Amino acid sequence: MTSSRATRTDTESQGAGSRSSAHLLSIADLDREEIEELLRLTDTFVEVGRRPIPKVPALRGRTVVMLFFEDSTRTRLSFETAAKRLSADTMSFSVSSSSLNKGESVRDTIETIEAMGIDAVVVRHKSSGVPAQIARWTSASVINAGDGWHQHPTQALLDAYTARSHLGSLEGRRIAIVGDIKHSRVARSNIEIFTSLGAQVTLVAPRTLLPSSTNSWPVDVTQDLDSVLPTVDICYLLRMQQERMTEALVPSLREYTASYGLTSARADRMAESAIIMHPGPMNRGVEIASEVADRPSAVITEQVANGVAVRSAVLFALLSAARQSSNSSPDQLISHEELISPEEPASQAESLVPEETAHVRNSQ
Amino acid sequence: MNSHPDTVIKGGRIIDASGEHSADVVISEGHIVAVGPNLDAKRVIDAAGCIVSPGLVDLHAHLRQPGKEETETIASGARAAALGGYTAVLAMPNTTPAIDCAAVVREVLDLGRESVCDVHTSGAITVGRSGEQLAPMAEMAALGVRIFTDDGTGVQDDRLMRRAMEYASGLGVTLAQHCEVNSLSEGTCMHEGEWSARLGLPGQPSESEELMVMRDIALARMTGAKIHFQPMSTSGSAALIAAAKAKGMTITAEAAPHHFTLTDACCENYDATFKVHPPLRTQADVDAIKAALAVGSLDAIATDHAPHAAEDKELPFDQAPPGMLGLEYALALAFTELVDGGAMTEAEVLGAMSSKPAAIAGMQNHGQILVPGVSANLCVIDPTHRWRIDATGGASLSRNVPYVGREVRGKVRHTFLFGESVVHDGEVQR
Amino acid sequence: MPVAERERRMSRPYGGVFVARSRIMDADDITRALRRMAHEILERNHGSEELILIGLQTGGVHLAHALAATLEDIEELDPRTLPVCTLDVALYRDDIGIRPVIPEEVTDIPFDLDSKVVVLVDDVLFTGRTIRAALDAVIDFGRPRMVQLAVMVDRGHRELPIRPDFVGKNLPTRRHELVNVTIDGVELGELQKP
Repeated sequence: MTSSRATRTDTESQGAGSRSSAHLLSIADLDREEIEELLRLTDTFVEVGRRPIPKVPALRGRTVVMLFFEDSTRTRLSFETAAKRLSADTMSFSVSSSSLNKGESVRDTIETIEAMGIDAVVVRHKSSGVPAQIARWTSASVINAGDGWHQHPTQALLDAYTARSHLGSLEGRRIAIVGDIKHSRVARSNIEIFTSLGAQVTLVAPRTLLPSSTNSWPVDVTQDLDSVLPTVDICYLLRMQQERMTEALVPSLREYTASYGLTSARADRMAESAIIMHPGPMNRGVEIASEVADRPSAVITEQVANGVAVRSAVLFALLSAARQSSNSSPDQLISHEELISPEEPASQAESLVPEETAHVRNSQ
Repeated sequence: MNSHPDTVIKGGRIIDASGEHSADVVISEGHIVAVGPNLDAKRVIDAAGCIVSPGLVDLHAHLRQPGKEETETIASGARAAALGGYTAVLAMPNTTPAIDCAAVVREVLDLGRESVCDVHTSGAITVGRSGEQLAPMAEMAALGVRIFTDDGTGVQDDRLMRRAMEYASGLGVTLAQHCEVNSLSEGTCMHEGEWSARLGLPGQPSESEELMVMRDIALARMTGAKIHFQPMSTSGSAALIAAAKAKGMTITAEAAPHHFTLTDACCENYDATFKVHPPLRTQADVDAIKAALAVGSLDAIATDHAPHAAEDKELPFDQAPPGMLGLEYALALAFTELVDGGAMTEAEVLGAMSSKPAAIAGMQNHGQILVPGVSANLCVIDPTHRWRIDATGGASLSRNVPYVGREVRGKVRHTFLFGESVVHDGEVQR
Repeated sequence: MPVAERERRMSRPYGGVFVARSRIMDADDITRALRRMAHEILERNHGSEELILIGLQTGGVHLAHALAATLEDIEELDPRTLPVCTLDVALYRDDIGIRPVIPEEVTDIPFDLDSKVVVLVDDVLFTGRTIRAALDAVIDFGRPRMVQLAVMVDRGHRELPIRPDFVGKNLPTRRHELVNVTIDGVELGELQKP
């Protein structure tokens, strides 16, 4: 065992000639242009979703594995649908039916699955950082579908997409994220995507539900929801989990709702054009009043609907590039070089000049 | 046996607790027999340009035997120690079973006797290190155990710690504490701060360490017990130790190489190689630890050498076991970070790694001033040798080295254990 | 990377700039070609009743609109009565994973294609692979009675058994040359890499 371990090396430490794949591990890995590109690509897949046959052959022959160490039927179905709309094959691996219960390590699991020939692995795990670890052990593209308290980048992308479809540009927009920031991967990834797109984010939560330090975060922090609400374009509510009570983080759900719940009276004080978002599943009557959740300004089901298109965009962006990546850095979603410089080796240039390069934009 | 002495170490610069001077050192039959200019012997070790120091002493080594022999054994840990210039190590008691009774102490000491380092062991304060019932300290002390600790955890219960101190002071032994208040640190896996917030990992506040330092200072004042603080990682802890010493208390404390070399930012990529208890802290803490070592409020540099299997370090960060290797890197890291960083002199660093820890642990044959008559436990260090730490090689059975790729200065060329050349030209001899 | 640099490398032709060597058609030639093609389309299909034009992104879209306008003019229809759609075939291409394929432009086919005559419109016909992709895409939108192909320039070098129904100009080229079609004319040139 020990000696065989010694021969294993992380993919990132292999020589320059080895293939390295693009991953989506964190919104922080994306610059603003890359986010914008993914949101543009999402438009394409929203359109595909409206077609009589909402399916394109783009990823035929690719295999996407759903590796869910933590149950999440919603996210898994969303990714599966996204992959199938691209004609990719999907495999699903959930912890309850897996050999992980027999003591197999995550690394052995990923290496076993990889041996079957896969192109992407969608990972959900209750521990922060597992997708980043897996990315070191596989040459497949790794997509983070939620890790611990850390990140949920496709949720952030679908939220940004949904927000933009209502508000246009997020530049200068004011967004309040309300609730359990500390334990929320959605909060961490959404703070990054909203601020990256130019919005001003205010966190609203009791100190016990905030990380001990938000000094390096580009956000304002307040405990006063009432003063913030009239100024915001988006009120983003987080799920308040029952178990936080037992950890003495808030005295009671009643007290939480009184200070941080979006009641009807509070929702009335929001601007006419402002929208209400929630990553689901909602605790009606706790962080959001049932009546408020059903208002037209609450775009929660739209968020879910956009999830498939966003995840199609992510899968397409990663996998349509992956097979020819040789000079990409592993943590980038799309290597700039691949995306923009399809230069072929000189010897092949004659036969490989693609048809599209025979066209020149007509804009000028 | 032989009237002609065995070995002479020629041309070195001797640095010990008496100061610094150039002289040859002659070793015979386990002892230093002569120190002076132009000495000769059958075997000549050229130490030109090198430092000749008393062998280093580590107060904090997890040798994993009994129980986890696939990650380290007393023999392999001793080889790593010898390569690092150590002639004595203090084994920690968090083995399986714990070193909490005479039988296990005997086993560890027996295994140690055959190794290339002088292996001493600590004993647990409580039975099974479970923090509930005092371990039989007297029977262990009778076998030579001088330091007791539940290392891996701190003794949580205030009354039990008071009793342990009272009992230990009656035996003339020292209690060493791993300072961590569990109710503040439970479920955490790194320092609580900007990085834990960003990485979404549960963090433990500095206060979980500092509260126990405060308590134990108070209890030591109350009981008069000798207490030693195991790796101090926060600026607050360093200040508490300094304040207690300023009031005349005879407490001692150690710092680990990683706490003056690495910060919590190292956890960025969720590589559990960087997971350790106490956790890597902030740059401000690193600076405070260096400063405290420089002024001597932290007395000793101890490695907290903690081998772990690769598959365990590949667990999710929050589930992986804490700890990192240190024995083979501590001296070079200290030279690089502390001497080249301008905080300390080579002599001060060597004092914190030999004479001071030897005194804390009551190891009379180690860390001595190199004069004729003392045991020949010493090492020869090339202080100019620069090298890059890599992931391969090394004598430890484990490879959880957080310093891979780091360029450091200072390499141990030779180590002598009771006169025996256990490391020659950077190679372990057996 | 500076924004300008990135912009240039993101835009077609990728990785270089088009440098014209000779002018093949001018604006009047284009107009005349469109008129002739429109007549051929009407003749083949006995009028414009069931026609749906689909311009292939990006070069075919403006030609599809120009062709529709010409057809409306000849048939004396009100402007914008003929259905014109746009199609980006990126997601149907056979070179995904071989080189970057990025859907960049809008696919907009708001009409039922069943039993219609679809005329695919593109600027240049080269290997035929784009048309292959377009045929697959069109079939996912319905079952047209017939699919026809109109191109302004057929430059040869086909790699698939695909032929145009209506051609503005047959232009012999070398493989490495580029053809640039705008409403102002057609140029032959090549890619100059920086």
